[in-house]
Amino acid sequence: MQPYTKHESIAALMNRSNVDTDQIIPKQFLKKVERSGFGVHLFHDWRYNDDGSDNAEFELNKPAFKGAKILVAGDNFGCGSSREHAPWAIADYGFNTIISTSYADIFYNNCFKNGILAIIVSQAQLDALMAEIAANEGVKFTVDLENRQVTTPAGNGFTFEIDPFRQGNLLSGLDDIGLTLKHVDKIDQYEVQHKQNYPWLWA
Amino acid sequence: MKKTMYEKIWDSHLVVDVEGQAPLIYVDRHLMHEVTSPQAFEGLKISGRKVRNPHSILATMDHCVPTKNRNLPIADLIARKQIETMAENCLENGLNLYDMKSPNNGVIHVVVPEHGFVHPGMVVVCGDSHTATHGAFGALAFGIGTSEVEHVMATQTLPQKKSKTMLVQVNGELSKYSTAKDIALAIIGKIGTAGGTGYVIEYAGDAIKALSMEGRMTLCNMAIEAGARAGLVAPDEKTYEYLNGKEFAPKSALWEQALAYWKSLPSDAGAEFDTVITLNAADIAPQVSWGTSPEQVIGVDAFVPAPESFDNEGKRKACESALAYMGLTPNMPITDIKIDYVFIGSCTNGRIEDFRSAAEVAKGTKVADGVTAIVVPGSYHVKEQAEKEGLDKIFIDAGWEWREPGCSMCLAMNGDELSKGQRCASTSNRNFEGRQGKGGRTHLVSPAMAAAAAAAGHFVDIRNL
Repeated sequence: MQPYTKHESIAALMNRSNVDTDQIIPKQFLKKVERSGFGVHLFHDWRYNDDGSDNAEFELNKPAFKGAKILVAGDNFGCGSSREHAPWAIADYGFNTIISTSYADIFYNNCFKNGILAIIVSQAQLDALMAEIAANEGVKFTVDLENRQVTTPAGNGFTFEIDPFRQGNLLSGLDDIGLTLKHVDKIDQYEVQHKQNYPWLWA
Repeated sequence: MKKTMYEKIWDSHLVVDVEGQAPLIYVDRHLMHEVTSPQAFEGLKISGRKVRNPHSILATMDHCVPTKNRNLPIADLIARKQIETMAENCLENGLNLYDMKSPNNGVIHVVVPEHGFVHPGMVVVCGDSHTATHGAFGALAFGIGTSEVEHVMATQTLPQKKSKTMLVQVNGELSKYSTAKDIALAIIGKIGTAGGTGYVIEYAGDAIKALSMEGRMTLCNMAIEAGARAGLVAPDEKTYEYLNGKEFAPKSALWEQALAYWKSLPSDAGAEFDTVITLNAADIAPQVSWGTSPEQVIGVDAFVPAPESFDNEGKRKACESALAYMGLTPNMPITDIKIDYVFIGSCTNGRIEDFRSAAEVAKGTKVADGVTAIVVPGSYHVKEQAEKEGLDKIFIDAGWEWREPGCSMCLAMNGDELSKGQRCASTSNRNFEGRQGKGGRTHLVSPAMAAAAAAAGHFVDIRNL
């Protein structure tokens, strides 16, 4: 995983609630056995016309949002299926930050495993950010994960909360499994106890 | 201290809890299918790690498998590769796999309980959000992403944040026309698809106790549609009776030891929940979803809502776009909605009880002109049992297609799908845009409601049949 560094990037606006993982990456793209190359399929059914051309009506196809690393979206983002193909597609497309009022649990966890910072804001903060983008499409926000700060040209910046463990992992780009395996002796001990307490699970 | 069932399971599975790190919890059972595992095996191989506990894993093939012409090679080459990769990965790592040709094959969340692989008090994970199904046994069961699948294979643990607890109390008695599916949909209609976010739900009350194990699985299956991490039902005599004698259930002296433990699991009287929701079962009419989110659901005797009936801007907008996508007009009776397709099956409603209740309604009817109706058993064992009871014949005589098991039209990955604009009465769990095929329109219902709609060509209130 790439370490997450402070950046100034275009913020794209997706003013929709309950964006589900079936929309983020439709099921016809889940058959691949690789982890890469999902970016071209991100939001496929909204993004492309039936003939495969770009749908000009779809917000992320606006020229002003090209190259955006920050996605500002409505509440309950990423609901539905557990498919990690959703954050893979988001990251492969180029986003490394999402800002919303809430996320579905599994999707939220999946983001942090893939170098994506999912920031939670209040409804008032989200409204202000959305209004700023709508008034000035192509506007760039600055995200500073170390200091947990977002700043914007119109002064809608804020400090956000994040679990220090997740923050540390994103900043260092550390692999979760490696971290857990530092506790392998504790896992071994637990398993010995587990076999004594619940022998029928090991029969 | 008085504890909820969730807290008891959490405490007994805590491996490491140190300052500055997410707590690590132990995983007893790991379920797998072909879609969310290949990249996890690849990751494991690249980093030179091994599956720590192969006997904790049970795998099947369900999402991409065809439901007809099963003897032929899979026509979709990318799907075929995924299926082959699953077989190779399981062989290489010594995992128990019910492949496409196995008499045990079927949808993971139908197959696992059939073999007694999940018991009360376990922590169970799978790269699939509908893992919540197994909460019906009083196990903490939840969906994970592919990175987490790799994590569990390598370490048998998972970093987890402790959830809040929600008690959903369903009092009284359900009408004989309403089912576990209707309870699940009514709860989501009440609290919304984000209502359970951050929570583990425990379902309790007389209406829940009265449900069969199959019904409890249907209910817990859709905890995820309410946004919850997991759903739980306290184990009781029905649970023990269901498990007793199953292949992976404890035997003889170990059974007695397990039973004593299981009986200690239900929430202590007076244990506190962070949130309590109460419903009256008698008020739950057969439900029909009208929109593109499972929270957009209403009783069959009601009318399609108008955007202005919602008091918040977000919900108004969501209603408008859902009605446009679904091709419905505000205030039309639900029973006026005509359908083109009917799907009975999935991990939500693909068990024997579901086919019995649908067959009871389908018996002696004919599928309406212009309607295609398919029945997809959740597993070969369900299919076999249904055939033993003559249910297949009832459906075939009524003009339905009787298929081989798989996820099929629940998410339409295997080629079974709607075409643009087609409308389906479906016993599955999600009515998202395009879920059953691009431009397809999904209405979530119970199996009996689906069977009644197939015969009439539109939704009907089964209480009036």
